[in-house]
Amino acid sequence: MAIVTVPGTREQPGSRLRVPVRAPTRRGRRVRDNLTGYAFLIGAVLCFAFFSWYPMIRGIVMSFQRTRRGVTTWVGWDNYERIVNDPSFLTAWKNTLYFTVLALIFGYAVPFFVAILLNEFRHAKGYLRALVYLPVMLPPASALFLFKYYVYDPSDAGLFNAVLKALHLPTSEWMQSTTMTMPAMVLASTWMNMGGAVLIYLAALQNIPGELYEAAELDGAGIWGRILHVTIPQTRLILSLMAMLQIVATMQLFIEPLILAGGAGTQDSATSVAYLIYQHGFFQNDLNGAAALGVIMLVVLAGFSAVYARLTARQDAT
Amino acid sequence: MPEHMSIAAVQVIAEEAPDHATPVPRRDGQMSAPQYRKVAAIALAAGLGFALAACSTKNDNKDAAGGKVTITVDCQPVGAQKDLLRNWNADVEAFQKLHPNITIKSVSVGAQCNNPPDFTARLAGGTVTDLFYGYMTDLQQVIDSGQAMEITQYVTKETIPTWDSVDQAAKAVFTDEGKIWGIPTKNYSMGLVYNKNLFQQAGLDVKNPPKTWAEVREAAKKISALGNGIAGYSEYSAGNTGGWHFTATLYAHGGQMVTADGKKADFNNAMGKQVLQNLKDMRYGDNSMGDKQLLGWPDLLTNAGAGKVGMFIGAPDATTAIVTQFQGKYQDWAMAPMPGPDGPAKGTLGGGEGYFFKKGLSADQIKAGLLWLAYEKLTPGKGQFDYVRSKPQNEPVGLPQPVLFAPGSDAHKQDVDLRKANANVNLDDFALFENNPVPIKAEPRNAQAIYAILDSAMSGVLTDPNASIDALLKTAEDKVNQILAAG
Repeated sequence: MAIVTVPGTREQPGSRLRVPVRAPTRRGRRVRDNLTGYAFLIGAVLCFAFFSWYPMIRGIVMSFQRTRRGVTTWVGWDNYERIVNDPSFLTAWKNTLYFTVLALIFGYAVPFFVAILLNEFRHAKGYLRALVYLPVMLPPASALFLFKYYVYDPSDAGLFNAVLKALHLPTSEWMQSTTMTMPAMVLASTWMNMGGAVLIYLAALQNIPGELYEAAELDGAGIWGRILHVTIPQTRLILSLMAMLQIVATMQLFIEPLILAGGAGTQDSATSVAYLIYQHGFFQNDLNGAAALGVIMLVVLAGFSAVYARLTARQDAT
Repeated sequence: MPEHMSIAAVQVIAEEAPDHATPVPRRDGQMSAPQYRKVAAIALAAGLGFALAACSTKNDNKDAAGGKVTITVDCQPVGAQKDLLRNWNADVEAFQKLHPNITIKSVSVGAQCNNPPDFTARLAGGTVTDLFYGYMTDLQQVIDSGQAMEITQYVTKETIPTWDSVDQAAKAVFTDEGKIWGIPTKNYSMGLVYNKNLFQQAGLDVKNPPKTWAEVREAAKKISALGNGIAGYSEYSAGNTGGWHFTATLYAHGGQMVTADGKKADFNNAMGKQVLQNLKDMRYGDNSMGDKQLLGWPDLLTNAGAGKVGMFIGAPDATTAIVTQFQGKYQDWAMAPMPGPDGPAKGTLGGGEGYFFKKGLSADQIKAGLLWLAYEKLTPGKGQFDYVRSKPQNEPVGLPQPVLFAPGSDAHKQDVDLRKANANVNLDDFALFENNPVPIKAEPRNAQAIYAILDSAMSGVLTDPNASIDALLKTAEDKVNQILAAG
């Protein structure tokens, strides 16, 4: 095949193609160089766009609309007004905050101390880690059904009640008691989820240089002193990140009340904000109200995250 | 996204992506690393595109060419319901032979067919089938969703030959402002379901079950005295079923959930208090309801199947569920009319199910759907009423419901005769219920929302000995009023 030389082009060495003499712009070259990267990005961007951003925007739009007899109309703040005046609204927020605080005390602290403990073991480390991580591998629904039917059985046949009885301690009705519902849910949730947190803490602990502990020991620090002055400061970043993730996750409490308490629990003692969204959306023919409550939750969590990020940034700077 | 859609998406990715993603190999048959990356990226994007395309709800079942009509129908029995599934498939085949121009595509949406969250998701997402199953209480939600169409002009004797015989009350619940939006296919009313074995063990007369709530309380005491974790009387209080049974019991006392104009709650009164007080007395006064509360639908029926429940209120098909899903035996169970406050019940809750039609169907598709429903659900001796076929299977024949055809009509007589001739359950066990009908009262509008609220009142009296019935009812009343005000 004859090679046609086009004026203004030159032959590339080792190539039969002719390319323009003028060098491509830096921007054009950057785009071309990164073409593969952009191609890969398309998938992720489309996934986020279709499955995260679009539903979020759609939810916000829906929260200002009302659909009746197939006709959708704009209703301003009506859905928000209705949701805020729902008699379960305050109960759901109170319950959710209570769960979050309890989960922060137990669900956040327990995995950290378990990690410290595991880090101290010299033998059977792998076995113990697997043991702690095992509940995470159980599907949450299965784990919660175990708790519902075997651990929190309100009769003396329940695992906890049998143990309490053997110890001559008073038994509990667990999920059937308005006062025990939340602590029982936190306990089950902590057991189910702590494996992941323990592994993350363990990884952070193993990055702490041994010399720091040795120096602390030489300075006369006991075990608590070493935890307070070495372990916690050295893992501060991971601790603060986990605290934020923990709070955001626990505020979205849903599966625990749904399975352990049959939804609302005894006298609404288990109703969470996420469960209230579910009730409005899927049982009360009120998807618009559910969207409004979802937006309220989004604003609360986003606000919390922003304040938290600011506080921790300031703390880090000092 | 329903199950069949996600499967479709996976199939499309599996079948289509390779064609579009097949790279041009190098002479040595290998691709360079950058080529791999590009190809992978394109394949990913293409796969995603196909997956999204497969999720679309475009109705491609309309095939008017050559007079052929295809319709999709849900609530096909699931694989575990072997006999029911075999029967359904045989019916589809027979129907298609009878109407060669109609093709039925069956879709299974779970054994329960209408798990409210799934149903709402399908409805909101527009992924319902052409004919879709719903409860009688779903009419308002279905209309509001804008996903269904009214079919008044198509419902005739040509499409449903037994239509004139179908019970007026069952038709009414699928009618709105004079327009027909759905076809009833099953109905029920509640009564007292009781375990004959436990009655006998407790020294109670199986032929003379309790007629009033005071008698229920006495019988429950004797049954629970058998020990071994047996509850004399069992009741729901979770997953909206507590509110459902509160409503049924309130109807038995002569009450109503909402005022006649539908604008206010009407259960915070002497009758509502009596319903809760009676339960509280049985739970904590007599300790005859067992320790385990917050029971949802499967919890109570699991206990019943295990022989741990003496009595509960339910419809005849509760015994079907106990046997087919919870390992119980038909011969253990019998039914009596709903107990009343001081004599026969003043009313009992009735409900049921039917099929709606998806918006946008052609006239031929609607007619095809009605013909299918007529064949499968509304013809004595055929489909769900094919008792000859069901008799040797583990499906009960002889239960007093559904009663879809108006008493006195030819269809009703034919159905009753066939049912009795092929009965495989003891008809005497259900005779008291069948021969002493109680006026049936429909479920309130916004039923599921109201039931969810009343769960709290029911769980209150069943789990807290110090619960204030007045406070529980007042709270529930305020909440229901708010829902009714929102419309």
